[in-house]
Amino acid sequence: MNLHEFQAKKLFADYAVPVPNNTVVKNSSEVDSALKAINTSQWVVKAQVHAGGRGKAGGVKIIDSKEGVKEFVSRLLGTNLVTFQTDAKGQPVNSVLIEEPCEIARELYLGVVVDRAARCVVVMASTEGGMEIEKVASETPEKILKTEIDPLVGLQAYQCRELAFGLGLEGQQIKHFSKILEGLVKLFVEKDLSLLEVNPLVVTKDNILLCLDGKINIDDNALYRHPDLVEMQDPTQEDERELRAREWQLNYISLDGEIGCMVNGAGLAMATMDLIKLHGGEPANFLDVGGTATKERVAEAFKIITSDENVKGILVNIFGGIVRCDLIAEGIIGAVEEVGIKVPVVIRLEGNQAEVGIDLLNKSSLKINSATGLKEAAEKIVSLVKDVA
Amino acid sequence: MSVLIDKDTKVICQGLTGKQGLFHTEQAIAYGTNMVGGVTPGKGGQSVLGLPIFNTVKDAVDTTAADTTVIYVPAPFCKDAILEAANAGIILIVIITEGIPTLDMLEANRAVQEAGARLIGPNCPGIITPGQAKIGIMPGSIHQAGKIGIVSRSGTLTYEAVKQTSDAGFGQSTCIGIGGDPLPGTSFIDCLELFEQDPQTEAILMVGEIGGTAEEEAADYIKNYVSKPVAAYIAGVTAPKGKRMGHAGAIISGGKGTADEKFAALEAAGVTTTPSPAELGLAVSSLFSKSAKSA
Repeated sequence: MNLHEFQAKKLFADYAVPVPNNTVVKNSSEVDSALKAINTSQWVVKAQVHAGGRGKAGGVKIIDSKEGVKEFVSRLLGTNLVTFQTDAKGQPVNSVLIEEPCEIARELYLGVVVDRAARCVVVMASTEGGMEIEKVASETPEKILKTEIDPLVGLQAYQCRELAFGLGLEGQQIKHFSKILEGLVKLFVEKDLSLLEVNPLVVTKDNILLCLDGKINIDDNALYRHPDLVEMQDPTQEDERELRAREWQLNYISLDGEIGCMVNGAGLAMATMDLIKLHGGEPANFLDVGGTATKERVAEAFKIITSDENVKGILVNIFGGIVRCDLIAEGIIGAVEEVGIKVPVVIRLEGNQAEVGIDLLNKSSLKINSATGLKEAAEKIVSLVKDVA
Repeated sequence: MSVLIDKDTKVICQGLTGKQGLFHTEQAIAYGTNMVGGVTPGKGGQSVLGLPIFNTVKDAVDTTAADTTVIYVPAPFCKDAILEAANAGIILIVIITEGIPTLDMLEANRAVQEAGARLIGPNCPGIITPGQAKIGIMPGSIHQAGKIGIVSRSGTLTYEAVKQTSDAGFGQSTCIGIGGDPLPGTSFIDCLELFEQDPQTEAILMVGEIGGTAEEEAADYIKNYVSKPVAAYIAGVTAPKGKRMGHAGAIISGGKGTADEKFAALEAAGVTTTPSPAELGLAVSSLFSKSAKSA
């Protein structure tokens, strides 16, 4: 799960990590009181969407009149912001952050991640703040400083000092940096984050360190113990079909192709997409129906797949391990009857009682094509979709 | 021979009295696995499926001399269950449960390592030595005792690999599902090392997927330390960037962890790869025709 910048900054503040004086508005009528709360002559106004690249896309502006702020906020709210990280439709702007500007002396980068290879939480810091960190990592890896946190003893003071000296900080800045890093790592661990980024972390001309931006991803598996974070979820930033699928505990991801897929198991679901591509088609989605492919879940999965108007055919690929394929076949037949599928469907059943399942499919009055092999199934659906087109 | 488990391995089940634990323990016993007991706090003294239930893993180990456990407890309680097993002297911990917080696994992995135990999973089908012992949720019937060592990050895609190698007449020495989470207890490299040392294993089939760099690290290891032929398939060539594909660990983040990078690394290490999940059996066959030619 991802958070908005204003939510990340709220969490930073909760952990005594300094952020600019700010307030968030969800409605143009709230701008007046927001401006009163931030008593300056200039304001930074930032569209809140789950995507990077907001500045270049026109979603961030420094404005020096109250009227200008009001005008920009009303222009942003209710529109979609298209950045290099979004699709062509963009992400809806439902909230806008207004904050006090600062005079920047230096821009740094600070990130905390779970490093899969090192098997621990790793802090990354760089003097190249304000740039895309992936670019820095690939072009000038020596400019990224790293320190690994031992899961049993936690972050140590010397690690903070090492990074601070490495970033060229001096005097009071070092203490200040250490306090920020300690707060962020505490936040990361206590709230089960999977990624935390401050880009940029700035040193102001007044010699103060401030987090000018904040990005937080949360480990979905840990949400059960963070009801406060679950409340921060913003469904407007997510794909409608993906949200609906989640309600049914279906794992669904939208893609751009024309062949819908329904598979049991995430690895096999990816493999099925790859196979469609390999045989000349394009997958329209990733969908893992999970271990219990009941009639209700299969029916819902069919509804979600066919709600995508690009879908010209569907490939169902089930490897019945412990689950019997004849039961799955009954579920599929019931679901196809209920939903009334109009596009060609190819079903491949393999494993436990597969022959019985295929027999049931073939005997049904539905126009379902069955297949035993994976390759045969992919070839069949690709050619059926081409015939329709 | 086989790796990690055989017909004599004494196995207990943590969470045996739950729905999943009960169902899969029954299947394991039917397969011939040497199940010796179960652990459910508060239910010690009962008997389920003819197995004694203990309150603690320590009681179970003291009474049955079990050295292996399979865990089916719900995700919020898994870290505790793993630590209990490691501290009771269990040396092989197989954890099937999906959805364990990453930071829990970070601590659990470290504790298991310090106890000198091995953890397989989480979020995995388990481990099976065909004809001898099955610890996990995989269907026993598709397996066949044989000479291919299979290691995979997936569940049903592993079954696909198993079925294709059974159909091709090779069978499997041992199959290890290392799981789809970002921090698996046992890595590809651990399994490659075990298969390299196992006399029954003549060739290795690796099934990877997008996310992380475990396949690249495995490729490096193969180049330097594996003399047996290896075939590999990576799922997720068509997966979009930045989206989690079902498994917690299957995500291309910051442009890293793509299937193309993994295929390239494995090919550079001399591994026979196939772009098609329908041709895993064929890829393994080609390993043997190749070695016949070079002999």
